[in-house]
Amino acid sequence: MKTFGGPVLFLDRSDINTDEIIPAKYLTEITKEDLKPYILEDLKLPGFNPNGPKTKNARVIISRTNFGCGSSREHAPWVFEVNGITAVIAESFARIFRQNMFNCGMAAIELPKADLDQIFSHANDEDATMSVDIEAGTLTMNGNGKTKSFRFEISPFDKALVLAGGWVDYADQKY
Amino acid sequence: MGKTTSEKIFDAHLVNEPFPGTKVLRLDAVLCHEITTPIAIDDLIRRNKDRVFDPTKIKAVIDHVTPSKDTKTATQAKILRDWARRHEIKDFFDIGANGVCHALFPERGFIRPGYTVIMGDSHTCTHGAFGAFAAGIGTTDLEVGILKGVCAFRQPKTIKFNVTGTLPKGVYAKDVILHIIGKIGVNGATDRVMEFHGAVVDSMTMESRMTLCNMAIEAGGTSGICQPDMTTVEYLWPFIQGEFASKEAALADYSQWRADADAEYDQTIEINVAALEPTITFGYKPDQVKTVSELAGTPLDQIYIGSCTNGRLEDLRIAAQILKGHRLAPNVRGILSPATPAIFKDATREGLIDIFMEAGFCVTNPTCGACLGMSNGVLADGEVCASTTNRNFMGRMGKGGMVHLMSPATAAASAIEGVIADPRKYL
Repeated sequence: MKTFGGPVLFLDRSDINTDEIIPAKYLTEITKEDLKPYILEDLKLPGFNPNGPKTKNARVIISRTNFGCGSSREHAPWVFEVNGITAVIAESFARIFRQNMFNCGMAAIELPKADLDQIFSHANDEDATMSVDIEAGTLTMNGNGKTKSFRFEISPFDKALVLAGGWVDYADQKY
Repeated sequence: MGKTTSEKIFDAHLVNEPFPGTKVLRLDAVLCHEITTPIAIDDLIRRNKDRVFDPTKIKAVIDHVTPSKDTKTATQAKILRDWARRHEIKDFFDIGANGVCHALFPERGFIRPGYTVIMGDSHTCTHGAFGAFAAGIGTTDLEVGILKGVCAFRQPKTIKFNVTGTLPKGVYAKDVILHIIGKIGVNGATDRVMEFHGAVVDSMTMESRMTLCNMAIEAGGTSGICQPDMTTVEYLWPFIQGEFASKEAALADYSQWRADADAEYDQTIEINVAALEPTITFGYKPDQVKTVSELAGTPLDQIYIGSCTNGRLEDLRIAAQILKGHRLAPNVRGILSPATPAIFKDATREGLIDIFMEAGFCVTNPTCGACLGMSNGVLADGEVCASTTNRNFMGRMGKGGMVHLMSPATAAASAIEGVIADPRKYL
C-alpha cells in the first residue's frame, strides 16, 4: 500500500479538467515517468506555477467540485503519481478520474464544502501538510501551528483497491 | 417497480457484487484505440498476462493520430497493430480502413441494444444511442476488460430527459445537447445515465442520436442512452438480418431493453425545443452556452467540421447544403475531416466533398487529430476556432487557442461570414 500525505497543493477552482492536468500532446509518451515534467502545465490559476516548488513538493492536492472532468486519460493520475502526489481531496470528482485514481491504488477523497472551506483557510500557510489514514477514514490538516481532523468515507470496493494496490491483479484472481 | 434501460442491462450482465454498491458486469464489447491501449498492453506484458478474454469481442482502431506524425505516435500504432495480430483480433482498423472510433464501430454494426461497452475514451457514451450501456473508462479498467471481459461500476442512477416540441429550422441534435448541458451543468449528470426520451428523440436518425449521446460526458454522465426502436433496427438491419426472421422480430427482441413505463428516475427533466435557437459555447466549459443571436459576429480564425460528435454523413450534408456556391471568408481557413472512410466515400459520391473544396476547405483523412490538439489543425496562441467537436477546454485544440462548439450548420454559416453566423438565413 502506498503512503499518503505530506505537503499540500491548493487548487482553488471547480471543474479542473484532465486536459489541464496533462495536455493531450503528451499522450504520445510511452512511459509514466516521461509525463513527469508536464504536470498541470495548462492550468491557469492566480499565483499557481506548474513548475514552482509548491507543485514539486506536493504530496496531496486539495480542490473544489468536479475535479478531473473531461478526457478519460489515466495519464492524469499517472502524472500525479510520478510527481509523488497520491491523494486528491475535493468536494466532488468526475467519475472516470475518481475510478482511475483508485484503480491505480491512489485515493480520491470527497469532503463536504464546509470541511473544505476550513482546509482552504490554510491555503497561504507555507508549511501546510495533510496526512491521510485510509484504514481509519481520517484526514489530519496541519498548518500555521494548528491541527484539525476530518472524517471521510470511500466505498468498500475503492478501499479494497487502495489496500490491494490496484485492480489488475485483484480482478485476474477473482474473475 | 419498473426499470430503466441501464438497470435492465446491469441486471442482465451482473457477474457479482464484490462489495456493497459495486457491480461487476460482463462486457459485450471492449473497444480500443492507439492512445490509451498501448500502455495497457505494455502493462499486461510486464505482468506476464498478455492474454485477451475473447478476440471477437475486442475491436481496435488507430484513429487519434493517423497517419502517424512522428516516432512516438508510430510506436503507439505499432504496439496496437502487433497486439491485434498476435491475438488474432479480426476487427482491427489500420490506415486505409480507419476512422474515428465512435463513428466507425457503430457503422460496422458492432453495437447492439442491451450491450455493455467500454473503451479507454470518455466519448464512449456515444454508443448508448443504440440502447446500450456504454462508458468511458481509464487504462486500468481497459486492461482488466481486455484480460477478463468484465468491468466494475457503481450502479448509476438515471435522469430522464423528455425532449418535446418540434426542432425549428436550423436547430439540430448538437444544439439540443449543448442546451441540455447548459441547463444542468458540467457535473449535472455525474454518476448518472442520461436517458433520452420524447418525440424529438423518437424522430431523430441514429446519427443525431449519436450526437446527443456523445456529449453526455460533458455533463458528467456515465452513459447517454436512447430507446431502441425501428430506427435502430433499420440502421442495424444489414448486420442482423441473419439473426431475425423480420424487422418486426428484431424490434420485439430489442424492445426488452426499453425502459419500463413505471421505471423510477433520479429526476425527470422536460426539454421543449420549439423555441430553441442554434446554440454555441462561449467560454472554456461546455456548459457555458449562448444562442447564435448573442454570439453572432464573434471573430474566428479556423472552422473545423468533423469528430465523433459531428463528422458523419448527415453532418456533412447539412454543412454542404449551406456552403454550396459560397467561399470561405478570406480571414478564415476551413478543415473538414469526414469521420470514417465510408462517410468520405459517400460524401464524394454525393458531391459534398466538391462543395467543401470549392468553398476552400482542406479535406483531411478521417482522424480525431485536431479535436484534442494532437494533429491536423492545431491552433496558434490567441486563435479562435468554430468547431463541431465536443470540448472547448482552454488550450484543447492547441495551447492558447479557443474553441466555440456548435452544429455543422452554424459552423458552415460561420465559414462563409468569417465570424460566428446564424445558419437559418442560408436554409
